[in-house]
Amino acid sequence: MTPPRPSGSARRRIRGLLRKEWLEILRDPSSIAIAFVLPVILLFLFGYGVSLDPREVRIAFVKPISSQPADSLAETFRGSPYFRVEFAADIATARELLDRREVQGIVSLRDDFAQRLDSGDAVVQLVVDGVDANTARIVQGYVRGTFARWLAGRDRGSPPPPGLVIEHRMWFNAEVNSRHFLIPGLIAIIMTLIGAMLTSLVVAREWERGTMEALFATPVRIREIMIGKLVPYFLLGMGGMAVATAMAVFLFGVPFRGSLAALLLLSGIYMVAALAYGLAVSALARSQFVAGQVAIITAFLPAFILSGFIFDIRSMPWAIQLLTHIIPARYFVSSLQTMFLVGDVWEVFARDGAALVLIAAVFLAIARRRTHKSLE
Amino acid sequence: MTAAVRLEGVTKRFRADRGVIEALAELSFTLEPLCFVGLVGPDGAGKTTLMRLLAGLLLPEEGRVTVLGLDTRDAARAVQARVGYMPQRFGLYDDLSVRENLELYADLHGLEGELRRERLREILQATELAPFTDRFAGRLSGGMRQKLAMGAALLKTPELLLLDEPSVGVDPLSRRELWQLVQHLAGGRATILWSTAYLDEAERCERVLVLQEGRLIADGRPAELTRGLEGRVFRVRTARGSRRPLMRLLRDRPDTLDVTAVGGALRLVVKEKEAAEEVRGIEGVRGMEPVAPRLEDAVVALLQQTTGNEDGRPATGGPPADPPAPRREMREVVIRVRDLVRVFGKFRAVDGIGFEVRRGEIFGLLGPNGAGKSTTFKMLCGLLPPSSGEARVLGYDLLRAAPAARAHIGYMAQKFSLYADLTPRQNLLFTADAYGLTGARRRRRLAATIAEFGLEAMLDQRSRDLPLGYKQRLSMACALLNEPEILFLDEPTSGVDPLARRAFWARIVALAEAGVTVMVTTHFLDEAEYCDRIAILERGRLLGVGTPDGIIEAARRNAPGVANLEDAFVALLEERRKQAA
Repeated sequence: MTPPRPSGSARRRIRGLLRKEWLEILRDPSSIAIAFVLPVILLFLFGYGVSLDPREVRIAFVKPISSQPADSLAETFRGSPYFRVEFAADIATARELLDRREVQGIVSLRDDFAQRLDSGDAVVQLVVDGVDANTARIVQGYVRGTFARWLAGRDRGSPPPPGLVIEHRMWFNAEVNSRHFLIPGLIAIIMTLIGAMLTSLVVAREWERGTMEALFATPVRIREIMIGKLVPYFLLGMGGMAVATAMAVFLFGVPFRGSLAALLLLSGIYMVAALAYGLAVSALARSQFVAGQVAIITAFLPAFILSGFIFDIRSMPWAIQLLTHIIPARYFVSSLQTMFLVGDVWEVFARDGAALVLIAAVFLAIARRRTHKSLE
Repeated sequence: MTAAVRLEGVTKRFRADRGVIEALAELSFTLEPLCFVGLVGPDGAGKTTLMRLLAGLLLPEEGRVTVLGLDTRDAARAVQARVGYMPQRFGLYDDLSVRENLELYADLHGLEGELRRERLREILQATELAPFTDRFAGRLSGGMRQKLAMGAALLKTPELLLLDEPSVGVDPLSRRELWQLVQHLAGGRATILWSTAYLDEAERCERVLVLQEGRLIADGRPAELTRGLEGRVFRVRTARGSRRPLMRLLRDRPDTLDVTAVGGALRLVVKEKEAAEEVRGIEGVRGMEPVAPRLEDAVVALLQQTTGNEDGRPATGGPPADPPAPRREMREVVIRVRDLVRVFGKFRAVDGIGFEVRRGEIFGLLGPNGAGKSTTFKMLCGLLPPSSGEARVLGYDLLRAAPAARAHIGYMAQKFSLYADLTPRQNLLFTADAYGLTGARRRRRLAATIAEFGLEAMLDQRSRDLPLGYKQRLSMACALLNEPEILFLDEPTSGVDPLARRAFWARIVALAEAGVTVMVTTHFLDEAEYCDRIAILERGRLLGVGTPDGIIEAARRNAPGVANLEDAFVALLEERRKQAA
């Protein structure tokens, strides 16, 4: 028997590994769950749960002795979809509500509100729960907006039809905009987690079940094992990506203004980087538990915090800003946001894509160097 | 002719929590081609490390490993292309079918065309797995899994076959089938290295390597190794009821090398031939005939010379904590099991078993992995509620009053289940607290236990770093701290060397004589000889209950060739399978 040519036997080994991995994916639901169920759950959770803009702000309204302007202002607050109003008899009761965190702010009118309004120096006191500074500012803005709207309507002698004043639009669209802006970033974060978890968990599983030892004892090469892991999970991860994008567009109504080609290209590069990172993790974590923890702490958290998806990179200290350059999610977030909201801006894609290719190459090199065909 | 394996001064170390563990120390030997070699030694002796070195999966710190003329340091892949390796954990994919597993390894070994088809057919036929090619590996029985793993290692007829404890945990029938499988598929065509914890298995190899603490303490043909013991091994027949006292008496004699229970008699190895005459005159000895020495005798002799360790000679003298229980109490039934069933989903782990155990008995539960031994144990300890049937321990119904029963039992789990980061002293104190021992009784029990089990020497070391035999003593000491009426021991001797096994059994026998009832599981069939009565379990059902001799007698009625308990087990299994078919 003549020995088979090396390239032929390498192909056969890779084919065997791919076939095996594919059968395992079909029969063990855990990787399918990571690729498809995880993005759905996370998108639901963050898509509906995370919004930078509070809705239905609960405020206490301290109404003075009944007068036409005071009643009308109270009515405007109550009619606004952005407030849920509790009427309080005096400021002490309102404070109690604030202390118990049942309301986020107090709007208080003095007894002489009507008279002072006519003379032009009426005072409206606004107390906001400042524990969450971000929310406090937004509540402040809402109250101001509502007040301005009431004043404008009063000047015309009738309550204004909603949405006529330009100011309103800024406030009200802010909520819608933030979700359009958040979800593309969120897809990037979810793909980071999925990519890193898929490969690190399945490699750790082989260690845990002792199959890695048996694989290593055959003439297989490390790079063949790596290809056997990358290819199937690339396809699975891209499937997850498709699900997430479809949800963004059809469920959350995020506009998609770029091209499918750009999406496939950028997310393909990014998926390779994330999977390669998972392989690098698996070189040091040989149990699924450790692999999962490491993937979450070292891939998901930095991506979440340092990618600019939720916290603006420009407002970070310069040292942290430097650090964000080595977070691959940063480039993908930027490209995805552009792709969804703006369209194909190839200058952005080229810059981000080049950075991602570089990072993917580095991760692959680390994974390749750190994985040895040894049980040491 | 090139040697199949050559080791020259090989040392392999591992970094541990504290310092460095030397797994193999300056090991040198050569294996001739086409030789069938047995590798024996207790857990931690270095068997697996040696296998991995030979498969090129580990590299030595010092020395050189040459396999089939290739240095594993330079040519690991070339070695791997010509070696078949069956790791201890098999390396089967549970979610893949029998055929898919074999196809994968055929791909990895580059088998193609007609040869591939031919070889797959041959392996499936030889392993008798042909009817199950579409069954997932995870759904095969223990014996079938092992055969499949062996088939995968043998796919590309290797020049060197490495089998790391292929027969551990399977029933004796499957063990025999595995042995035949290897002979059939690779015998005479490959050098075979078969590692095992069973000395009787190694004895059938052409050559035996005995490893102890990383060193080769014996190497040669079994006949050579036992030659020195020729004429010093006897079968001692005893008068009725005097076997146990006689055993203790013989063990304490300075000229005794070893004494064990076997097939209703005792097996005695003496240091000098002359001592035999003296023994013949001892009261209770009915007769003595010389028998052929076994490999185990040789290993015990060697271990006693080389280690002389504190695990070796049991503290046989130590008086039992309590005076022996009166005779009539020995008759009282303390465990009663009837139609006991435990179901996990669709799987009947225990399927209607029944037996009784009397006070002061040593009752053995025997069977391969997955037979239902541990499940039965957990139910009797009140750790797992039975699905149906009756289980009474000391009169308490386990369906209703499991916690009340638990206060009177001690349990030693199969794995070391104390706190590895605490010292033995801290573990003992914690156990005392857990049992609610206080005051004078606490002090008395702690002092007595430490003395009885000889724990003083290492009381303040971290438990993690203790030798395996010492860990086992500590586990048993903790299980006995509360003076339980019944002691449950789950595989107490798996993985320890023959000397430590003997010491352990001496302790168990002493406890039983003090009135403690002992329930024990084991997969060493020779150990069952120490038991008063045994129950053999297979796939959740009882194959037989009775005294070891009684079971052998019963099996002999159908299969006249039955000589020992292992033969009896195999005969019972074959009969059961015939009935099922």
